[in-house]
Amino acid sequence: MYRRAQVIAWSGGLSTVLLVLMVLAASVGTVAIHPIVVGKAMLNALVVPTLSGWVHPFGFAIAETSQVIVSELRLPRIALGASVGVALGIAGTVMQGFFRNPMADPSIIGVSTGAAVGAVAVIVFPFAVPFSLQWAAFAGALVAAVAVYAIASQGGRTPVATLLLAGVAVQTLLGAIVSYMLLHAGDSLQRAVYWLMGHLHTASWSKVGIVVAVLVPMAGVALLYSRDLNVLLMGEEDAHTVGLEVERTKRILLVSASLLTAVAVSVAGVIGFVGLVVPHVMRLIVGPDHRILVPTAALAGGTFLVAADTAARLGPAELPVGIVTALLGAPFFLYLLRDREVHRL
Amino acid sequence: MTTEAPALVFDDVSVRLDDTNVLDSVTLEVGPGSVLALVGPNGAGKTTLIRTANGLVEPETGTVRLDDEPVARTSAAALARRVATVPQETTLGFDFDVRSIVAMGRTAHRTRVDGWHEGDDRAVTAALERTETAEFADRPVGSLSGGERQRVLMARALAQEAPVLLLDEPTASLDINHQVATLSMVRSLAAEGRTAVAAIHDLNLAARFCDEIALVADGSLVAVGPPVDVLTGANLTAAYGVETVVSEHPVTGAIIVTALADGDSRGPVSDRRGQTGPPETASTDR
Repeated sequence: MYRRAQVIAWSGGLSTVLLVLMVLAASVGTVAIHPIVVGKAMLNALVVPTLSGWVHPFGFAIAETSQVIVSELRLPRIALGASVGVALGIAGTVMQGFFRNPMADPSIIGVSTGAAVGAVAVIVFPFAVPFSLQWAAFAGALVAAVAVYAIASQGGRTPVATLLLAGVAVQTLLGAIVSYMLLHAGDSLQRAVYWLMGHLHTASWSKVGIVVAVLVPMAGVALLYSRDLNVLLMGEEDAHTVGLEVERTKRILLVSASLLTAVAVSVAGVIGFVGLVVPHVMRLIVGPDHRILVPTAALAGGTFLVAADTAARLGPAELPVGIVTALLGAPFFLYLLRDREVHRL
Repeated sequence: MTTEAPALVFDDVSVRLDDTNVLDSVTLEVGPGSVLALVGPNGAGKTTLIRTANGLVEPETGTVRLDDEPVARTSAAALARRVATVPQETTLGFDFDVRSIVAMGRTAHRTRVDGWHEGDDRAVTAALERTETAEFADRPVGSLSGGERQRVLMARALAQEAPVLLLDEPTASLDINHQVATLSMVRSLAAEGRTAVAAIHDLNLAARFCDEIALVADGSLVAVGPPVDVLTGANLTAAYGVETVVSEHPVTGAIIVTALADGDSRGPVSDRRGQTGPPETASTDR
């Protein structure tokens, strides 16, 4: 049974873990910085809005180089990893609940492949596409999601099974387009492949801002609708008979999950496995109730991605983080699959 | 019972699904505080009729009204406060515990940001106790037997605190003890003023626990009225296409229907067929 205190305790605990991990991640790299100095630098970088404009409430005296390394080089990337991980964790949870399918992940309705078409088009044919990479990816993601939704809808109803199949078909089609463009990529092939693998090394505060601008309202929607998501798990007909406006709720959930995935993919490429594995793991730990699952999967997603990206950053040659999430996530998931009853979802 | 305005009205309801007439001009009224059984052969349209009353199926023509409000024009939440449904079976995919499932019956009584109120707690506890599911309230639904799950769905419907209750085969997977317990509970709910419509295969249970029986076959209403008027040999042969013997139960006094197979009878079948024969006479004497 759901307890509000339980939600607060789990969310508080996981937030602390994420914050500590972010400090530790910012302290490691080619130049090691003591975590306490990192903490001070982070507080120095903090700005709060007041009546007289943005104000830095803290002014610890630390070395200028440390301050720059932390707040200009490492922190944007870590913050981007955290916010993208949170977005993917929420989107994955919503999609798995929505589809009542353990294989559902945030890209299930074509969002990621749509983003890939947009991004690869900009990389391969920069002269032909008048958008920046991020906007092209974001637009591609949304066009794909809307197309899949429209194809699967008939007479105001969108059967989940049809949506799933339409998503798979559109993903295949868009994947073919991406492959075709890669054939003609020439010199830009490496950049395109790198983008496709998922990456956080091009992080900037402005990208963090874009993700947060979408994340905050959409996370709010997912939290507000978490009880509806529980009810939907009983099946759409039962959900209707206990008083849920099923089709409207499905649309709202789909929009929030798609926007979260689209913004994550558009700044960081296709980072696999976060949205698939994290909700599963959290469901094993905290149970199936979305009122606790949504916030905990969000925070765990952020934590997992920051950890994976730190590992990617520290290797002898920097790896795209998508490879690391898959390398870490897949064996862990297989272990859980053998060890516990994950297949019952 | 018929002096008050009916709680549920099916007014000339026709439903077509995939070019088949599933229901054909069904007109039926259910008075408040009464229990109506829908009986009829497989595929007769009983479940579809129930589904028009909770808004899952929209009639092609005709209207279904709850307290004079057309179902088609009522929002899902408003509908769920008026009519609760016990489905035949449900897929409870993720493993919620029983209490959480029953609490979902409160969905229509809560707003999105509203917390859990004392009234919600009371309704859930009462529903758990009444259906004898309180003993496994904290167990995951997946660990229950089919019959136990059915009682949980009954509890969820009771937690909705709706004046009208629709039940689709509520006794199908129950043992004889819980069959009788469930239908007795429906009777006592009716005594408290609630209205119930139940699709039931077991004619004997229907006859024993329901005020009225509506016999449906091929999407049309064959007969409606008190069990003794509806469950006649002629009606049953028309609906089911099988010879039956209708008699009176020696203990409960309720009608019992026995379907005959070839060679079942100890005497000539013609003696016991239709309206003739001693068992039938006994039941009409009541």
